[in-house]
Amino acid sequence: MNGRDLVLGAIRRSLGVSGQEAPRRTVTSDRLARHPRGVVPERGAQPPRRRLNLFRDMLAEASGTLQEVESLDDVPAAIAAYLRSKNLPMQVRRGADPLLESVPWDRERTLEVSTGRSDGQQLASVSHAFKGVAETGTLVLHSGKDNPTTLNFLPEQHLVILEAKDIVGDYESVWDALRKKFGAAFPRTVNWITGASRSADIEQILLHGAHGPKGLHVIVVGKP
Amino acid sequence: MSVPITSPRFKRNAHAALHDAQLQRALGKVEAGFTGKRRKVTDALPEFDALRDLARDIKDHTLAHLDLYLEAYESRVKESGGHVHWAATAEDARRIVLEICERLKAKTVTKGKSMIAEEIGLNAHLSAAGITPIETDLGEYIIQLRDEAPSHIIAPAIHLNRDQIEADFRRVHTDLPPGRNLDEPASIMAEARAVLREKFLSADVGITGANFLIAETGTSVIVTNEGNGDLTQTLPKAHIVLTSIEKMVPTLEDVSTILRVLARSATGQEMSVYTTFSTGPRRDSDPDGPGEYHVVLLDNGRSSMLGGKFREMLRCIRCGACMNHCPVYGAIGGHAYGWVYPGPMGAVLTPSLIGIDKAGHLPNASTFCGRCEEVCPVRIPLPKLMRHWREREFERHLSPATVRTGLGFWAFFARRPRLYRFATGIVLRVLALFGGRRGRMHWIPLAGGWTRSRDFPVPERDSFQKQWKQKLKEDAAVAQAQAKPASPGQPEVAP
Repeated sequence: MNGRDLVLGAIRRSLGVSGQEAPRRTVTSDRLARHPRGVVPERGAQPPRRRLNLFRDMLAEASGTLQEVESLDDVPAAIAAYLRSKNLPMQVRRGADPLLESVPWDRERTLEVSTGRSDGQQLASVSHAFKGVAETGTLVLHSGKDNPTTLNFLPEQHLVILEAKDIVGDYESVWDALRKKFGAAFPRTVNWITGASRSADIEQILLHGAHGPKGLHVIVVGKP
Repeated sequence: MSVPITSPRFKRNAHAALHDAQLQRALGKVEAGFTGKRRKVTDALPEFDALRDLARDIKDHTLAHLDLYLEAYESRVKESGGHVHWAATAEDARRIVLEICERLKAKTVTKGKSMIAEEIGLNAHLSAAGITPIETDLGEYIIQLRDEAPSHIIAPAIHLNRDQIEADFRRVHTDLPPGRNLDEPASIMAEARAVLREKFLSADVGITGANFLIAETGTSVIVTNEGNGDLTQTLPKAHIVLTSIEKMVPTLEDVSTILRVLARSATGQEMSVYTTFSTGPRRDSDPDGPGEYHVVLLDNGRSSMLGGKFREMLRCIRCGACMNHCPVYGAIGGHAYGWVYPGPMGAVLTPSLIGIDKAGHLPNASTFCGRCEEVCPVRIPLPKLMRHWREREFERHLSPATVRTGLGFWAFFARRPRLYRFATGIVLRVLALFGGRRGRMHWIPLAGGWTRSRDFPVPERDSFQKQWKQKLKEDAAVAQAQAKPASPGQPEVAP
C-alpha cells in the first residue's frame, strides 16, 4: 500500500468514516466554496483617515516607519532622504511594477535605480505593496513579474510604496481583493510583512535585522 | 536514526536541571520575557477570547473532516504545479526528503525552523548521506553548533546565556579574527547574519516546516520573525515543506482567525513579522523563487490520536504559551522532558507519539495549576489530557510499586469517610506539631525525597471540612444574635 492510502485509511478508521458520506462531503465543499468570515476585530473598521492612522501606529509598534507624500512625484525625494538618513549609497533596486515604472525617478539625479531581483548585493530595495492592513500594520505583497520576492528579504533596507486607497481594515478584505485579482491562480508567494526583521533568540533580547531587512520604511502615496 | 529519547530518565534529568546554574540563570528570564507581553496584547484585543473559541471550533471541524480536507488540499497543490508526498512514519519522511535531495544532487540544504524535522531526526539522516544541513533560525543555528536539541518549540536556545553562545561562535567560526568583539548580543547576531547569508545564497535545497496548510488554495504557511524561512524557501532550486497532517485548515479566512491568536499567544506580538503563504513552485514569469515545490505530509501516530481521548491535542498550533506559563517548565527547562516537545503540550503529545511506557513521567510532571489551559489559544484541556495519561499508566501497571501501594492505601481510607476524617485528623495534628511556629517544614518523615528540594507548608490544625462545620456553626450564632430585635421603642442611635 502506498503512503497516501496508508495515511488516509488510518485517518478514516479513526474517524469511523469511509470518506464517501454525502453530508460530510457537502459540508467541506461548501466551506471551501463559501469561505465564511469568522470573528473580525472591530478595530480596523474605521473611516479612511483613521484607518491610515491605525496602520501607522500598529506599524510603529512593530518598529516600522511611515511617511505620507502627496503624489508619486514626491517618491524619489522621499527615498533619497531616507537613504541619506541611514548613511547608505544612493542606490535602490526595484521590480518592473507598473506603478513604480510611472515614478519620475529622474527628479532625483543622484539616485541610481536598477530593476530586477536581488542577488544579495543590494543595500536598499523598493517594492509596491498590494495592500496594507490597519488592524496590525501589516503590508501584503505578492510575487509575480513585477515585484520579486527576493527584494523583500535580501537588502538591508526595504522601502515600500503603498497607495493610501489600498489600506484596508482587516485580513479578510485582502483575501477578497486577491481572489478578485487572481481567481483560482494564486501567486506563488503572498508575503505579510509586519515591521523589520527581528530575533530574540539570544537571552530574549529584541534585536533588529536578523536575516531580513534591518529597516522597513513605508511611503504612503495620496490622500486616504 | 531517530532522535535519542531520554524521557524515561525524566527524574534524573529534572534533578540535574535544578542544579544547573547556567540553565537556572537563563530560565529566570522566561517569565518576564513572554508572559507579560502576552497579557498586554491580549488585553488590547477585545475579541481575543471569541477568536480563541472560534480557533478551537475551526480546528475541531477540520479534524472531524481531515480526510476530505487533505484530499482537497492535495489536488490544489498539484494544480499549482507542486507535489505532495504522504509519509506514514518518520522513516518514510526521512527517505522521501533524502530522495528529493539526492535527485537534485544537493550538497547543502538550508533549513527554516521545523519541529517535524526535529521529530524525525532529519539532520542526522541527511548528514549520514553526505548532505550538509544548515539551520538558519538564529536559535536553531546556535543549538546546531552545540549539537543540542531545542529546549523550547519557538525559542530553541532559551536555555543558553550569551557567554555560552559567544564561546561556540569562537570555536566554530575559526576563519574570523580571534580578537573580534562578541560581547554584545547584537554583534553575535551580526556575525550569524554574515555567516548564514553565504549559506542561503549557495544552498541547493531549502527545507521549511509549515504552521498551516490551506485546503482552499493548496497553500503552506510559515510564520517567522527573522526572515530566515523566506530566504530558505526562495533562493534554492527546490523548496521542501516538511509538515504533518494536523496542520490543515480549510480556508484563508480560517487561517486568518488562527493567525490572530498565534503570535499574540506565542511572543506577545500583534502579528509576527513575516507570515508567508506559498503555493506551488515559481511561475514562468516570476523573476525568483524555487523551481520545485514538495510537501511531505507526516502522520507518525497522529491518525490514531484522532480516534481516541487525545484528539483535542491535535488542535495544538505550537505557540509555546503553555510552556511559558508552566511552573514545572520554568523550573527545569525543556531538555529534561527528554524528547522533542517539552512543557505541558509535550507531556500530552510525547506519550502519544513515542509511547506511555517511555514517556510516563511527563504527564506526572505537573502541579495541575491549570495555567496552561487558561492561556491555550485553542483551549486544549491539557490538565485533563495529562490525567488521562496518568490513568492509563496506572491501568497498564506502568506506575512504580510504591506509587501503586500508596494510592491503594489512600483509596482504602478515601472510600471510608469516617475513617478518613479520623486518620487525617491525626496526621494534621502530628504535622502541625512537627512544624511548630515556623509555618514550614524542611523535613517530613517518609518524604525526605520531596522535602530535599522544597519546604512543606505546615497545614492548619484542622481539616477543611472540620473548619467549615465550625464556621457554619459560628455564622449561625452570629445570625441568631443579629436577628434579635433591639428593645422596642428604643432608637438604635441616640438623637
